[in-house]
Amino acid sequence: MTAVSTPASSPAPSPASAAPAVRPTLPRTFLAMMAREMRVMRKNFVATFARVLAQPVLFVFVFSYVLPKIGGAGAGTMSAASRGSGGTFSTVLVPGLVGSAIVMQAMMAVIFPLMMELNWQRSITDRALAPLSVPMLAVQKITAAGVQALIGGLLVFPCVLFVHASGQGPKIHVSNWATLVVVLVLGSLMSSAAGLWLGTLLDPQKVQMMFALVLLPMSMLGCVYYPWAAMGHIRWLQILVLVNPMVYVNEGLRAALTPQVGHMSAWAYLSVLVVGTVLLTWGAMRTFTRRVLQ
Amino acid sequence: MLDRPPIKRMDEPIDEIRAAVRTVDLHKTYKGPGGEVPAVQGIDLSIAHGEFYGLLGPNGAGKSTTIGMLTSLVVPTSGRATVCGFDVAKHPVDVKRRIGMVSQGNTLDNELNAFENLEFRGRYFGLSARDARRRAGELMEMFNLTDRREGKPFEMSGGQAKRLMICRALVHHPEVLFLDEPTAGLDPQTRVNLWDVLRELQSGGQTILLTTHYMEEAEALCERVAVIDHGKVLASGTVDDLKASAGADTVITVSYDGPVPDGVAKLRDRGGVTKVEVTGTQVRVFAQAADGLLGELVAIGSSAGTGVTDASQLRPSLESAFLTLTGREYRE
Repeated sequence: MTAVSTPASSPAPSPASAAPAVRPTLPRTFLAMMAREMRVMRKNFVATFARVLAQPVLFVFVFSYVLPKIGGAGAGTMSAASRGSGGTFSTVLVPGLVGSAIVMQAMMAVIFPLMMELNWQRSITDRALAPLSVPMLAVQKITAAGVQALIGGLLVFPCVLFVHASGQGPKIHVSNWATLVVVLVLGSLMSSAAGLWLGTLLDPQKVQMMFALVLLPMSMLGCVYYPWAAMGHIRWLQILVLVNPMVYVNEGLRAALTPQVGHMSAWAYLSVLVVGTVLLTWGAMRTFTRRVLQ
Repeated sequence: MLDRPPIKRMDEPIDEIRAAVRTVDLHKTYKGPGGEVPAVQGIDLSIAHGEFYGLLGPNGAGKSTTIGMLTSLVVPTSGRATVCGFDVAKHPVDVKRRIGMVSQGNTLDNELNAFENLEFRGRYFGLSARDARRRAGELMEMFNLTDRREGKPFEMSGGQAKRLMICRALVHHPEVLFLDEPTAGLDPQTRVNLWDVLRELQSGGQTILLTTHYMEEAEALCERVAVIDHGKVLASGTVDDLKASAGADTVITVSYDGPVPDGVAKLRDRGGVTKVEVTGTQVRVFAQAADGLLGELVAIGSSAGTGVTDASQLRPSLESAFLTLTGREYRE
């Protein structure tokens, strides 16, 4: 450690001098914390969103460009998945890849920083001492990760829209903008709430395991690569995947972006998104508070 | 360098409204895998505005838990604590608005640089972005951190990180400043520099509650001290009061190479000796006037044919007071 030179006479901090007459209010503190998240996101923009984009871009590149070009190999799978979609495999993929990017980004955006903040030197103390109740701090974390997820989804969208071989383009038609916005926003918030809940529930050592045993099955069985309705042939699996929240985000996006592809009814995905967001936020507020306060 | 500010007598009780910090029968028990661990077992404190107060005790005494409860980050199991008149359990946000906290470890925001740590702290506390940046610049200058403006918290030296944490705690002009072991792990020069900073703050009217396991730190800085061990306050008052209440004795400890000679017991009648404690081959003499006593103890030994293997003399200090109060050596 280097010796720090503080001349004995130099610091004359007088705390009482010129105290600002500003009173912190909940909205001010909340917005200041969001501003902090935006600053951090701006600094890490390339690294963060390269991570979000890599998987879906590679996926559309292989399935909508390489495989259709070389023909045969993947054609059977693709036509099976897109059966009844009235379009190409890429039409099935667009809502699925946007949806899974949102869910994944939301969870990672909340869990990665949390691992640092709750464990290494407990830097969460920095935020926990701000004039905001700890449950509200949980809401702020959910909102911030939700915003990141939304940005991630919006960045993935043009990529999966434009990367394809000729004639393999997706048929996108926004039938209902309100549905699209509601699904995007609630899908982001529900996923970040789920991330905060899981992140505060699990031991830090188990987070690696969570990625393998929770996130991977979630995306493989999340109706990303096929519409839920197409799973009718495997009835047990069709029912089993209903526990996966990602299914509702993807089906909601399918309804909004590719209405011609068979999708779940609006009441089903909307009610799960609303109830799921509320319940997971409530649960995460509780588990987060328990982890922050001792 | 180590001269203390004038000691104020504050024997009269401080009521809750006037008190900066007040605790009544405060308890905290942690539930661990091995059962319940009592960390704080009934602490009563009363700290006035503008006071420099110290919680002194060995590691694990319950000091950090107490500070945790006062800053609303640890939930009390029972009892009450108020800061600036607000109950920490019922109105944590009101408490947080009025306090600054310098924690023991580096809890700076590692995603932000040094300047941004201060800037955003100001904004969390309601300052506009512009005012927050101005205040951040002001504090960095006061604390000689201007050249570390862009520094990442984890790249800073222990002393720099600590000063930045003090800046962060002061951004919003808190009424009470809490410091948990502020100089633990710092080199002696940095420690003394930090003492100067804290003295300056207090002379500007800042109420400060500090925990430390360094006796000399409590003696050098604090107007009043509570000595804590095993989650309880053993004694509290000004440093002088503590020494006086403990007898302000010099403590001489002598170990012989055999049983303590009988002649030692006669020292009880010697003028100036308060107490003589014999345990096995060791004797401990508490005395107001200790001149020549050590020599006498050696002489008593040699006339009885017993040699001295170890001897120590502790002048009146908080350390000898701690020994008198607890019967135990102070362990840091």
